[in-house]
Amino acid sequence: MKEQLESIRKQAVDEISAVGSEAELDALRVKYLGKKGLLTGILRGMGQLSAEERPVVGALANKVREDLENYIAERSAFLKEKELQERLILEKLDVTLPARKKTLGKLHPITQIENRMKEIFLGMGFEIAEGPEIESAYNNFDALNAPADHPSRDFSDTFYITPEVLLRTQTSPVQVRAMRGKQPPIRVISPGRVYRFDEVDATHSPMFHQLEGLVVDKNITMGDLKGTLSIFAKSMFGEETKTRFRPHNFPFTEPSAEVDVSCFVCGGKGCRLCKGEGWIEILGAGMVHPNVLSGCGIDPEVYSGFAFGIGLERVVMIKYNINDMRLLFENDIRFLKQF
Amino acid sequence: MRVSLNWLKDYVDINKDIREYCEIMTMTGSKVEGFEILGENIKNVVVGKILSAEKHPDSDHLIICKVDAGQEYVLQIVTGAQNVKAGDMVPVCLNGAVLPDGTTIKTGKLRGVLSEGMLCSLSELGLTLNDFPYAVEDGIFILQENCKPGDDIRAVLNLNDIAVEFEITFNRPDCLSYIGIARETAASLGVPLKLKTPVVPSANDGDHIDKHLSVRVENPVLCPRYTARMVKNVKIGPSPLWLRARLRAAGVRPINNIVDITNYVMIEYGQPMHAFDYNYISSKQIIVRNAKAGEKITTLDGVERTLTPDMLCIADGDKPVALAGIMGGQNSEILDTTTTVVFESANFNRENIRRTSREVGLRTESSSKFEKGLPACNTLPAVDRAVELVLELGCGEVVDGVIDVLNTDVEPRKIKFDYKRVNELLGTNLSFDEMAKLLEPLDLRADNDGYLIVPPYRSDIVNTADIAEEVARLYGYDRIAESRFCAGIREGKLTPFQKFKYSINDAMTAFGFTEVYTYSFISPKMYDKIQLPADSAYRDSIRMLNPLGDDTSIMRTTALPSMLEAISHNTNQRIASCKLFEMATVYRKNPDAKDASDYSIEEKNLVFAFYGDGDFFDAKGYAEGLFDYLGVKDYEVCADRENPAFHPGRCAVFKKGNLVIGTVGQIHPKAAENFDIDETVFAAVLNVNAMFAAHDSKKEYKPLPLYPAIERDLALIADDDIEAGTICANIRAYAGKSLTDVYVFDVYKGKGVAEGKKSVAVRLTFRLPDKTMTDEEADNAVKKILKKLDSEMGIVLRS
Repeated sequence: MKEQLESIRKQAVDEISAVGSEAELDALRVKYLGKKGLLTGILRGMGQLSAEERPVVGALANKVREDLENYIAERSAFLKEKELQERLILEKLDVTLPARKKTLGKLHPITQIENRMKEIFLGMGFEIAEGPEIESAYNNFDALNAPADHPSRDFSDTFYITPEVLLRTQTSPVQVRAMRGKQPPIRVISPGRVYRFDEVDATHSPMFHQLEGLVVDKNITMGDLKGTLSIFAKSMFGEETKTRFRPHNFPFTEPSAEVDVSCFVCGGKGCRLCKGEGWIEILGAGMVHPNVLSGCGIDPEVYSGFAFGIGLERVVMIKYNINDMRLLFENDIRFLKQF
Repeated sequence: MRVSLNWLKDYVDINKDIREYCEIMTMTGSKVEGFEILGENIKNVVVGKILSAEKHPDSDHLIICKVDAGQEYVLQIVTGAQNVKAGDMVPVCLNGAVLPDGTTIKTGKLRGVLSEGMLCSLSELGLTLNDFPYAVEDGIFILQENCKPGDDIRAVLNLNDIAVEFEITFNRPDCLSYIGIARETAASLGVPLKLKTPVVPSANDGDHIDKHLSVRVENPVLCPRYTARMVKNVKIGPSPLWLRARLRAAGVRPINNIVDITNYVMIEYGQPMHAFDYNYISSKQIIVRNAKAGEKITTLDGVERTLTPDMLCIADGDKPVALAGIMGGQNSEILDTTTTVVFESANFNRENIRRTSREVGLRTESSSKFEKGLPACNTLPAVDRAVELVLELGCGEVVDGVIDVLNTDVEPRKIKFDYKRVNELLGTNLSFDEMAKLLEPLDLRADNDGYLIVPPYRSDIVNTADIAEEVARLYGYDRIAESRFCAGIREGKLTPFQKFKYSINDAMTAFGFTEVYTYSFISPKMYDKIQLPADSAYRDSIRMLNPLGDDTSIMRTTALPSMLEAISHNTNQRIASCKLFEMATVYRKNPDAKDASDYSIEEKNLVFAFYGDGDFFDAKGYAEGLFDYLGVKDYEVCADRENPAFHPGRCAVFKKGNLVIGTVGQIHPKAAENFDIDETVFAAVLNVNAMFAAHDSKKEYKPLPLYPAIERDLALIADDDIEAGTICANIRAYAGKSLTDVYVFDVYKGKGVAEGKKSVAVRLTFRLPDKTMTDEEADNAVKKILKKLDSEMGIVLRS
């Protein structure tokens, strides 16, 4: 029987080595190790053996079974690996073919700039104040110390709803509301939509967006205004950015300033963007006029404050080199997707 | 304000390079918008003397000139002009000369004869007859100036100058004059201001203005000061070159000596003046009064204007002779025949000038100055300066005496000067003396009692903040050190509503929608385009009094039309598909408004729309996905067949109780067509304020299920008009707690399903919290549901 077992082993090993698929391998497993398999048949005939032979042959038979099982497993692993390799080759793709497009939507460039600015001021402990776009002439002009005959009040400058109600020309009335609502310390920014009587062209729009800021407290100085806007400019346009304050006149601040930032394209050397100046005018600012403070119930002898405002369209246009403001409101998806 | 530097140097030494000067002035508050080097565009043009002029042998109209142009040899120049003769001094373009229009002149041949340059006409030099009245229009400019061959023409014609353009801010009308700019220049550069008081020697001829003229001001509120002087034996003629050149540099057209003097003084002092021909002032009196209703005057521009009683006029005994502060009348205009002149130098109420100027539709250099609010202190020196110039030009004799009707205060004011507070506002540490020294060049004098003496022309300085600005700008804004204000730490936080809006932007962009910005104002026709009925409440929009046009005349009550315009723009660009959203403000009247400050109710609409990819259920899915993200729960979805903007069979409204959250659907094909859209568009209009009210951002952890779920798919036959939503709601009601989800995955009508019926395929998910549900338990639950569906709704299992 020993010879028989050895011959089965040899035959099985030969056959297993020859198979090329899992299915054939399974058939061999049944042929040799199945319930009616050749090896099983031998084991069944063990009863006829002598008591001395039985353990020896039994041990050999078990060894053969174990070897065949191992060998089948080994062969199976080999075949699986082979099949996998073949499949991987078949599944090869030309990865340079175009992707199936997956796009997120984009926020409007003005929203993106506004969000960035909000982030900077939120980080400095500012709150965001909002107010109506349809405002009283009082809040938009009188409370902001605009003289009764200031040209900005004209029908040719401002959209009116009634003689006392208008489309706000600046977000400053929100500051008035903020000041009237509470006593200092006040630290707010007010972003929003504003309106001026301008026909649409490449550099004008009857509707545009501003972000203004206001700080009122004891001992607030013009130096603080410079410091705050310097931080803002560096955060917004890069660490290297410098600011320049030039005297100007606004009704609601005194002293007032126009604020330039060093050109972020040429760094101040002069280029096409800054028209060779090295500076780009970007903000209006100043110390809150005492009439504005007292009009809002804040004592200008005790408190002082600063305010500033920035036009978002202008920043967007400069930052992205856009030369026509109409693009911002035309809503062409090919334009909006670029930001 | 355009300023000639040559002229400005009369009052102040400018020892700086032009760029440096502009920079310094800008940094002290007189913003320079630019400068122009006059004569820069004329090159290589010199004075030449015609030595001989002979006819061209081969031409009837060409003349060959020998010209001494101060060169090493005599030039030969061919000209077509007929007005030159030997001895004339003319402008000569040398080889390579450049003229203002960009032409370059080169040596060449004309009809075979060498021409080494060109003789110039007035217009070729960029000049007009107003600049040089003695010249001729057609022909070579024959110079009458003092010059010699070879002189640079720019120097001879006073073209060597620089014009600087200043932006003058609203608070500084005093700087609308050379003297004002000179004072700022002197203070900015730290050099002395050289102001001269006009000197008018007495004629001592026994004559006096009072013998010829009286002035009565009937309305001293509208005319706080009226000053007048007279000149007799006037000889009208062109002004001398220097005066014309100065006017030209300031952008004013020279006319004749008397008119030029009034303009010159206006530019120099910022004080508008007017000159009347005395012979046409009837009754020898000037009355400053309100016009009578219907009174007429023909102004110098030849237009007849009808006046109203709120307008101020200058009248003689019979009639208006000028529209006060705006323009004189033709009836008393200075003409070549004028022999006696009255100079008016007056102060008028700014508001009245502004209103009158607007009403008659006439804005002049004079009116625009008065509108800005001029000081009354200048009228006397200005009129003296005018007659001083008459003497200087030798164009008349000054009549002794001045008429000066003064009804206002022209004395300097005293205001409190708290230098410590100035330091507090600026963050500086300047001493009293340092500040006083900074202010002095502006004629702002600090006394020792804590006051600042402010000249009458600085009406803008009234309080400490105003003083602080003067100190700061002369000290230098750039020298104020940057500082960080001390304030308690606090969270710079968003309000819950602001955070909510951020979340909406996040969700919509994640869904692939791109944000648009549309105008808040629309045309009333937009409501027709979305088919709103005539009586729709949405048509009750806030309307502008002065819109740019009808297309932008009302504040929108819905942002849907704006979105459809944006969609239309993209479909018309032939863009295949597009997903857009906007968080738009909508406006309506506040019925409970207490005053002008709460006139409107402004809410946020979230509008989204797409075409080219997706259908109604995608639109609904975006809305519901958004609700889920925002925490808007337990809302109902109902069909809406009444919304005129949407397809009547493809529109749903979201509600929570009585709160309408919004609408989603397919845009009505007719509405789409009205917007010129040839695509099927799906859109939603959601009320952000309602979503905010309906949302609950509270989140609580629910344990994950421990036991597996079991699913059953059913095909149900139901009447066609029973909505899937109703079927699902009833299944939920009929089932016990073990039912965790009902989902409709197919609806079928047609073959195999009876007419008027539909097959609805639903998937039911069951799960028990404490053990694995058996098939038998699930089957029993389904049986219970089916029984109820049959008995309550007539819905049966499809066989």
